[in-house]
Amino acid sequence: MSRARNFARGFLALVFAASLFAAWLAPVSYEVQFREAPNAAPSAAHPLGTDELGRDLLSRILYGSQVSLWLAPAAALIATLLAAVIGGVAGWLGGWWERLALAATDLSLSLPWLFLLLTVRAILPLNVPAWSSVLITFALLGVLGWSQAARVLCAGARSLRHSEFVLHARASGAFGARLFFRQILPNLKPVLAAQFLISIPIFILTEANLGMLGLGVAEPLPSWGNLLRSLESGPHIVQNPWRLAPLVLLVLVVSSFQLLLPREEFAS
Amino acid sequence: MTWPRRLLRLCARLLLTALLGGFLGATLVRLAPGFSFDERELDPRYSRESIERMRAAGGAERRSVLAFYAGYLRNLFSGNLGESRAYRRPVSQLFSERVPVTLKSMGVALLIAWPAGLGLALLWSGGRNHTYELVTTLASGALLCLPSAVLALFFLYMDGPVALAMAVVILPRVFRFARNLITETGAMPHVLCASAKGVSRAGIVWRHLLPVAAPQLLALAGVSVSMALGASIPIEVICDSPGIGQLAWHAAQSRDLLVLVNVTLFVALVTLLANSLADAAGGVFERQPA
Repeated sequence: MSRARNFARGFLALVFAASLFAAWLAPVSYEVQFREAPNAAPSAAHPLGTDELGRDLLSRILYGSQVSLWLAPAAALIATLLAAVIGGVAGWLGGWWERLALAATDLSLSLPWLFLLLTVRAILPLNVPAWSSVLITFALLGVLGWSQAARVLCAGARSLRHSEFVLHARASGAFGARLFFRQILPNLKPVLAAQFLISIPIFILTEANLGMLGLGVAEPLPSWGNLLRSLESGPHIVQNPWRLAPLVLLVLVVSSFQLLLPREEFAS
Repeated sequence: MTWPRRLLRLCARLLLTALLGGFLGATLVRLAPGFSFDERELDPRYSRESIERMRAAGGAERRSVLAFYAGYLRNLFSGNLGESRAYRRPVSQLFSERVPVTLKSMGVALLIAWPAGLGLALLWSGGRNHTYELVTTLASGALLCLPSAVLALFFLYMDGPVALAMAVVILPRVFRFARNLITETGAMPHVLCASAKGVSRAGIVWRHLLPVAAPQLLALAGVSVSMALGASIPIEVICDSPGIGQLAWHAAQSRDLLVLVNVTLFVALVTLLANSLADAAGGVFERQPA
């Protein structure tokens, strides 16, 4: 298992590095169209072939990885910070604050969040510039994805509230925010890290689903979600199997995150 | 807690969710850009007087969020969910056509996914077969890594039923959760003791494993309703199944917020009801000694 985990770490590092240096590694820009070569097979000029508009698939995957792979952790960071503030503070304060936070969490958890995402996404303009659509998509993922982590952090903070070292800190005169930031928050770090790591593959998959439904990142900017839309041309895929490359990469990346997580976390 | 009290609490939670969810939804609709604008105002065939009358007709509800919410609630309790902007039909009519389609797909999906997932997990606990462990782990892992929309595409090309696509989304989650739970329960002292005393495998499963694991399995059963509803959007859209998921997607595309808010409220109530029933059923098992 540790060998598989090391492999997953190495693979993720490689993909992150490749996406970081996309501008140097990509043969051409993601939007350049070779109109004379649509659906071209892999060649020296286009190592993964081209799409139906003649755009180089490798370039689009590299730039798409930049969007999906770097913004999913950013969204996970927003969600984890919100969860820390809502769940952590509620668990720490207890009483009505905790009940209120848990009720809000329950309400949020009772909604399959793709429905919630669609509702909130619909308020915002659908026809927006490509980079705005990226920011909207991932900001929404971050802002709406806090509830599960908040519940875990609330339970963690509650258990710390009654611990002996907090009692000692209180006896030494530490109160309020100082006690929370100095004693509680550092002890919640492992939970925060786990929740952050759990959120990343979930957000990658959600962006992929939104992208395939046409509600994610807008063209011509590539993301794994809108790259997967090319799978909708079924017969073309059989003739051009290299078009499956974004899906293979997505599965490998999400599997790698899955391997890094404790066994029970991802399934839940 | 006594049964009448549990029931009262469940009803109170459902009502509170409906009121709170309704308020959030109404606020969303009221504050959305273009809310107070009627497309007919651009139609040159309407006279200035007609346009003024149209504006006056919706005037009270346009004033504030609370006035709008009061109107929304009044209509809601009289069974009027409003009219869809995109379909130009009453939302209640759209619901009556589409809710049964989704509920049927979900029901069939849960009936396939649960016995299959639980059965595979019980087989896992039956004995250490490395090939079986490897195959089920890899297969469930691969399914968990695929977006539901990709699975839906696969079923579309294979001409497979929508319910089966939903079942494939739920199955790996049920399997993994049940497998971990049964492995944990199987290592408990009373199970080891029963095994040492020569109790048959079936006896251990029925008398010692399942009763202990039941509350958590029932909780997952409640959550799997939410999973199925979540999967219904990409699956129904891609497989062109006229259910509630497809309605939500169409509404999002055409900014039909009234439909979206009603769909979201309906989904929240269904999942809350499923979770509450699962909790209540789990409570029965928790009170029984294993």
